[in-house]
Parts: sequence; structure tokens; C-alpha cells
Amino acid sequence: MADTMQFDLVSPERSLVSAQATAVRIPGADGDMTAMPDHAPVVTTLRPGILTVEMDGSEQEFAVMGGFAQVSGSATTVLAEEALPKAELTGEFLDERVAKAEAARDAAEGSAVDAAAKRVADLQALREAL
Amino acid sequence: MPSLKDLKTRIDSVKSTRKITQAMQMVAAAKLRRAEEAAGAARPYAERFNAVMAELASSVGDSDSAPKLLSGTGSDQVHLLVVMTAERGLCGGFNSSIVKLARAKAEELTAAGKTVKFLTVGKKGREQLKRDYEDAIVGHVDLTEVKRIGYADAQGVAEDVLSRFDAGDFDVATVFYSIFESVISQVPTATQIIPAKFESADDAEGASTVYDYEPDENEILADLLPRGVATQIFSGLLENGASEQGARMSAMDNATRNAGEMIDKLTIQFNRTRQAVITNELIEIISGAEAL
Repeated sequence: MADTMQFDLVSPERSLVSAQATAVRIPGADGDMTAMPDHAPVVTTLRPGILTVEMDGSEQEFAVMGGFAQVSGSATTVLAEEALPKAELTGEFLDERVAKAEAARDAAEGSAVDAAAKRVADLQALREAL
Repeated sequence: MPSLKDLKTRIDSVKSTRKITQAMQMVAAAKLRRAEEAAGAARPYAERFNAVMAELASSVGDSDSAPKLLSGTGSDQVHLLVVMTAERGLCGGFNSSIVKLARAKAEELTAAGKTVKFLTVGKKGREQLKRDYEDAIVGHVDLTEVKRIGYADAQGVAEDVLSRFDAGDFDVATVFYSIFESVISQVPTATQIIPAKFESADDAEGASTVYDYEPDENEILADLLPRGVATQIFSGLLENGASEQGARMSAMDNATRNAGEMIDKLTIQFNRTRQAVITNELIEIISGAEAL
């Protein structure tokens, strides 16, 4: 079994990480999961949260604002709608996102309300954890 | 015959024009580099996105439960043409060639009895289309204030398009933009975004891995399809940004060269005229002296 796998974290505007990683903790929409080499192939959507990458014995943390992840045995690719290193994450940045999500929730109708409300809750949880 | 003074003024004015076009060319060259970098940085995302979508679409695609964004509304009566152009002119045929392509498509569709609607992104395209299709323009996105195109801008355009789709305003959407190939070549392109089409580039590899989906395929697809629209618009905008600067760079390079040629010509004319004036004066002096 290989100890590492290829890990890519890309956002529409740039590629943040492309390296060998030993484990990646992904904030999946249905719950967190840790992808390690030889993980079963899975595609999951992300909720706003913190993504942790373990490589070379050190850990790096990134804040992602939704998107999706594709995990296969030899590679993990995270396509985040917005992603930035956790150190760059600020309260104002999140407040802005929370306000936007709340506006979207209030404007949503029918089945979209639950999804929008979940996004607000996820963002608020992230804001409080900061 | 223009006087010496007129010629002098003209030479000076062409010289200052040349200075301006030269400066514009250099600015465009600097901006081009940045625009190319941005387009390059966005490419991995778009490529991977499309690869995943192609897999998903092929596993869900044919079922009846497929979302409308993928399967279409079942009709192709009303077409929305999203024409993305620059906010500024002075970039050669860049804007016109995109508009020309869109116009050709619109004429083809109208001839086939379809209804055509326009959504313009960028002032220049709107100005050109207004002449013939004033009533068909349903919306306009102004990016004049945007210094650097971000994903959020593309999302704004995508939301506009999607809300119109949800309201049943159109059945098929196509974006028009220019792909940046090189400084001297930008290719106007039309890409259909709704219903979404994904090219599965490597069928062999895609078939060998079977992915689990969490939540299930339909939900993921419903979540991702609107993002796919935004992603495609974003890459279109970035390609356009690079193309615009490339086109402006070569247009300004030409203008600078033309100005140089014009200055040479005018200088020759100026010298000849000056010489003619001197000769004239001499003739006058000599014939005056002879008459005495």
C-alpha cells in the first residue's frame, strides 16, 4: 500500500495545493470524512468548513466554502468554490458570506429552503469556531 | 498645398498619437500577461470539473429524473445568446468578430423559426447589437467597474442566466466569447451551456472506476450543474480578457507602426515644401537683382 497519494486543492481562480499527502480530512456535506491512500472511489459535495491536509508529518488547514471532492485510490481532488489558507480567514470574510447566505435563505422557496438554511448554519458554525 | 505651419502641426499631432498608441500597447502587454496567468490558473478547475461532470452525466444522463439543466426543457424554441465582449474598444476586430458570430447564429435561428433573445456582457457588444436587435436584448451585465474578473462576477452572470431559465424564459443558452490562442490569433467561439454538454475525453479511464456518490447522484448533479454554468462563464470571461488584451496589443502595435510611416511621409513633404519655399525666395532675389 502506498503511503501517500496525490492531493490537489483547486479553486476557480487558482490552484492552492498540488502535493503528495498522507491523509485529507474533508468537510463533506453529509459529514466529515478522511481520505487516505486506497480509499474507495467517492464523490462528495462539501459544506463550508475546514479542510485539513496531512503531509510530511505536518498539517495544513484550509477554509473551503463549498464545492466538491473526488476521491480515488491514488488521488484526491478537491474543487472548492472558494478556498483560502485558514490563516487568511477573517471574521469579516465570514460575516459577509453569512449575510449573503441568509439573504439567499430568505429568498429561497420550496425545497431550496432547507439547503439554504443548512448553508447558513454551516457558515455560522465556522464563524463561531474561528 | 498645405503650408509649412500646417504640416508642422500635423506632424506634431501624429507624433503624440504615436506616443499614446505606444503606451497603450505596453499597457496591454502588461495586462495580457496577467490575464493569461489568470486564464491558466483557472484551467485545471474547469478541466477537472468537466471530467467529473461528464462521468456523472453519463451515469444519470438518460434517466427521466435528470435535471432540466442537463436534459433540456424538451423544446428548443427559444434561444438565449449570451454575448460576452469587452467594455472598451480600440482592440481591433475583437468585439466585432464576436458580435458577427452571434449575429450569424441569430440569423440562422430566426430563419429556422426560432425566437432569439440576447443577454449582453460588456458594453461594446451591446452597442453593436442594439442597432438590429434592440427588442431582443433582455438583459445586460455591466463589468465596467470590475478591474480584475473574479469568480464572483461569473457567478453573478450565471445567476442571471439561471433565474431566467427557471422562469422558463428560454430553452437553450449559448455563450459567445473569444478563445485566446496567441497575440495575433483569437478565435470567436460559441459554446452551449444549457442544456449542459460535457465531452467525456477519456472514456476508457472513466469506465474503469466506479464512484460512490454522497449524497446520491441526482442531488450532486442538481448541486453541480448551476456551478458548471458559472464555471463555463468564468472560463469564457477569462479567455475573453486575455483575448481582448492580445487583440489590443496587436492593434496598437499596428497603429504605432502606421503612425511612424505617416510621420516619415509628412516629414518628407515638410522638407520638400521648405526647400521649395527657399528656392522660390532665391529665384525672387536673383530675378530682382537681374532686373536692376
